Amino acid sequence: MASALINVPKKAKRGDIIEIKTLMSHIMETGYRRTATGELVPRDIITSFSCRYNGVEVFRADLFPAIAANPFITFFTVATESGKFDFEWIGDQGFTETASAAISVE
Amino acid sequence: MDALRLMTRRNVVRGIAATTASFASPYPSRAQSAARVVVIGGGFGGAACARALRRIDAKLQVTLVEPNKVFTACPFSNEVIASLRDIEAQQFTYDKIAADGISVIAQAAVRIDPQARTVGLADGTTLSYDRLVLSPGIDLRYEALPGYDEASALKMPHAWKAGEQTVLLRRQLEAMDDGGVVVLAVPASPSRCPPAPYERASLIAHYLKAKKPRSKILILDAKDTIPQQRLFENAWKELYPGMIERISLSQGGRVVSVEPATNTLVTDFGNYEAQVANVIPPQKAGTIAGIAGTVDNTGWCPIDPVTFASKLAPNIHVIGDACIGGGIPKSASAANAEAKACAAAVASLIAGKSPAAPKLDGTCYNTVAPGYAFSLSGTYQPHDDIFAEVEGTGFTSPVDAPRDIRLKEAEIAQAWFHTITAETFG
Repeated sequence: MASALINVPKKAKRGDIIEIKTLMSHIMETGYRRTATGELVPRDIITSFSCRYNGVEVFRADLFPAIAANPFITFFTVATESGKFDFEWIGDQGFTETASAAISVE
Repeated sequence: MDALRLMTRRNVVRGIAATTASFASPYPSRAQSAARVVVIGGGFGGAACARALRRIDAKLQVTLVEPNKVFTACPFSNEVIASLRDIEAQQFTYDKIAADGISVIAQAAVRIDPQARTVGLADGTTLSYDRLVLSPGIDLRYEALPGYDEASALKMPHAWKAGEQTVLLRRQLEAMDDGGVVVLAVPASPSRCPPAPYERASLIAHYLKAKKPRSKILILDAKDTIPQQRLFENAWKELYPGMIERISLSQGGRVVSVEPATNTLVTDFGNYEAQVANVIPPQKAGTIAGIAGTVDNTGWCPIDPVTFASKLAPNIHVIGDACIGGGIPKSASAANAEAKACAAAVASLIAGKSPAAPKLDGTCYNTVAPGYAFSLSGTYQPHDDIFAEVEGTGFTSPVDAPRDIRLKEAEIAQAWFHTITAETFG
């Protein structure tokens, strides 16, 4: 059921500071909650997020149980050249999602 | 001096014809000794509180300060937007309240001095009080939504305070071409009447289905879950299939700015151009509550749940949408219940008695089409210094009820509106 939303400017001038926004739908189950019958609900969180710009990692974050459901991660980078941003979310229970967006730099 | 001023104001409100009677004060000799309560805000909270105070203790000098001479009710105003009802059916005067012996002053309160216990009015007069009740409702946090301000609200109406804005949104819908997209921007909690945006979307769909059937409604929502979600979603599927789409917070639905020039709503992940844009911005307690020093950094007023006394300013009580009501949703029904409980507490405090902990009932009706409504209700009591729903009292209409139950609830909703307005203004 996971799905990624990303917002990368389509165009930028070389050297511009650009804002990138991402939102991943995810339950972010902490692993600390119990069911009505007392059983522990297994942890199910995203553990890492990364962004590569033409293959070079420009942003990375480790995520922990205290982070709310549907993590919204936004960050800035410098537009250096036209190309592609690749995003990757990795988590518990084999969770993995990717997304990408192109940018044209003048 | 104050008593004289009060009388003068009161007669202004009641009409110049009262001039010859201007010395026939209802409290000629008691004016010096009777306790004075000033209530600011003449909505379902303030007007009801003023009346309840007089009912509990006829010796109290009660003054109601409200700049509008005509009150326009929010509940059922979504029906005005959908051309199901005239705005006049929402409007009430303060004549009957004045006839109860309450001084109704048609002025805005602009200053409050909690130490001197005075209220300054826009016309320069000053009222003194022993206790002050604030029921100022909400104000819009324009600064929280870039691009949105009073001027752009004339192009992208909020219609979140009933009156001109309500009529404006209706006119825009009437003028829209068939096939247009109506976009509603819904703010995060807390805000006035949490289910109302979805009732509004439903009733707009009812109007469009009959008049402009190719049109669509898009809800851009800063919330993930909504009150009575399954009831709304089922009703939309049943009554308005394919007409209403909702983008929730986790789907990127939160509106972060608006562009009035192009009627565009901007989220973190997309731009949405609307033929009609209903922008409901984030809200805060009415401005006068801030002037009184009763607002904390949430934008709302923390209160003692037994007396509604402000936790930040002495001798001031806050009721209605402006107060932090804990589990109680911000609604006319809640404001009205709070008003009566607050009046009882204020009268007790003035009489030197200790106020009893109140028990409040709140009900919220959602009408999604004529003859089709469902409701949400609960009973609330102080618990750990804040109002909480009493366990086992929460009620929501069943998800799979037959249509005759929905019809019955629609009739009850109408009766509720008639009762609450008759009791408050009639």
